[in-house]
Amino acid sequence: MIEIENVRKSFGSLEVLKGIDLTVQKGEVVTIIGGSGSGKSTLLTCINGLEPIDSGRITVDGTEVHAKSTDLNKLRRKIGIVFQQFNAFPHLTVLENVMLAQVKVLKRPKAEAEAEAVKQLNHVGLGDKLKVYPSRLSGGQQQRMAIARALAMSPDYMLFDEVTSALDPQLVGEVLDTLRMLAREGMTMICVTHEMKFAREVSDRVAFFHKGVMAEIAPPDQLFGAPRDPELQKFLSATH
Amino acid sequence: MFDTALTAADFAFLARGAGMTIVVTLISVIAGTILGIVFGVFRYQVGPIWAAPLTFVLDVFRSIPLLIQLVLANAFLGTILRLNMSGFTVACIILSLYTAAFCAEIVRGGIEAVPMTTRRAARSLGMTWGQDMRSIVLPLATRVALPSWIGLALGVMKDSALVYIVQVTELLKSTQILITRLQEPLLLLMICGAFYFVISFPLARFGGYLEKRWSND
Repeated sequence: MIEIENVRKSFGSLEVLKGIDLTVQKGEVVTIIGGSGSGKSTLLTCINGLEPIDSGRITVDGTEVHAKSTDLNKLRRKIGIVFQQFNAFPHLTVLENVMLAQVKVLKRPKAEAEAEAVKQLNHVGLGDKLKVYPSRLSGGQQQRMAIARALAMSPDYMLFDEVTSALDPQLVGEVLDTLRMLAREGMTMICVTHEMKFAREVSDRVAFFHKGVMAEIAPPDQLFGAPRDPELQKFLSATH
Repeated sequence: MFDTALTAADFAFLARGAGMTIVVTLISVIAGTILGIVFGVFRYQVGPIWAAPLTFVLDVFRSIPLLIQLVLANAFLGTILRLNMSGFTVACIILSLYTAAFCAEIVRGGIEAVPMTTRRAARSLGMTWGQDMRSIVLPLATRVALPSWIGLALGVMKDSALVYIVQVTELLKSTQILITRLQEPLLLLMICGAFYFVISFPLARFGGYLEKRWSND
């Protein structure tokens, strides 16, 4: 369970998170929508401790992320994250990309790491690209590789930060299909996304962020069907 | 046409000079590179303000002509500190620091060329700072820094000719000795140049080979 309590965060004088409260249960899929600069991506990087917070508390399975005593490297093993930019390690093959952290962080034997990497790459449809370097992959394939790389760590939670935003339109579908598949399999996910149709389909709950505040959170039918927040109404009419 | 007084013994004398050039260069490039990596990582890691004293010292080594550094260091270490160091030791120390000063900049540039987002991805997989440095930054920065580093190593090899000033008889000094005796400057300089080329060529080609190999990915 991920519990976010009254989290505030500023970059300089700009407050990007103004007291966020959100609890995500095991097995739940929560998507976060909202305009750019609404703080939704920042929240994700706070959850796995890549960004510090100014006040409030984030706990993952009872471990407080920003406590001094928390071993972040250990905590991050159970929280996978995939970013907007394709963050392939360009000097490693696709297979090696997915094996590296398993061997270094989880200390898995090479053979076991390789088997897991092959399994995950097959899972995301890259089983035929094992020996290829990332520069030979399309954006969509690189993004699916990044998903496989995160999944190979056997995380309990997956965070997706606008993973389709940097993709050519015709490549968005393949990545969203991968996310849909994970959602069906019961992975606990928080997805920041601009894909409204996708959010509506996969989410248990959808949260709307506006200027650092979670203005509304509801099951998708309710949030898209009968939005109450006036900013959300504006946002939806502009994106539809 | 090739009527020369150059004997096999003279040729061996030149080869010994070339050997000295290789030894001084090897020691300086290896020690200078190790130091340069330490300095470069330190500078990158602590930021410009805390690294300012180190940056200043490195700038001194980069700015003052090597010849002056050698003479001053020799005088300082020998006459003032009264350390009984051979010219060879002084030459290696100064040339190493000179190499390190340039290498530190190359290393820092290499590290900065690794995208922050790539490093973030590594850390988000639970990799520690050290694992990120070894598995991601080191290989990627090396690819960026290699051409400059090869240039530095070749430059140091040629600059090592200046260590004659602290009584180290390397290739160029050996050549000069023979020129004085035989009065055949053109032939001897051609041979000397050929020696330098033979020493440099493998390194330059090795760099080219690595670049080509790495360009696959």
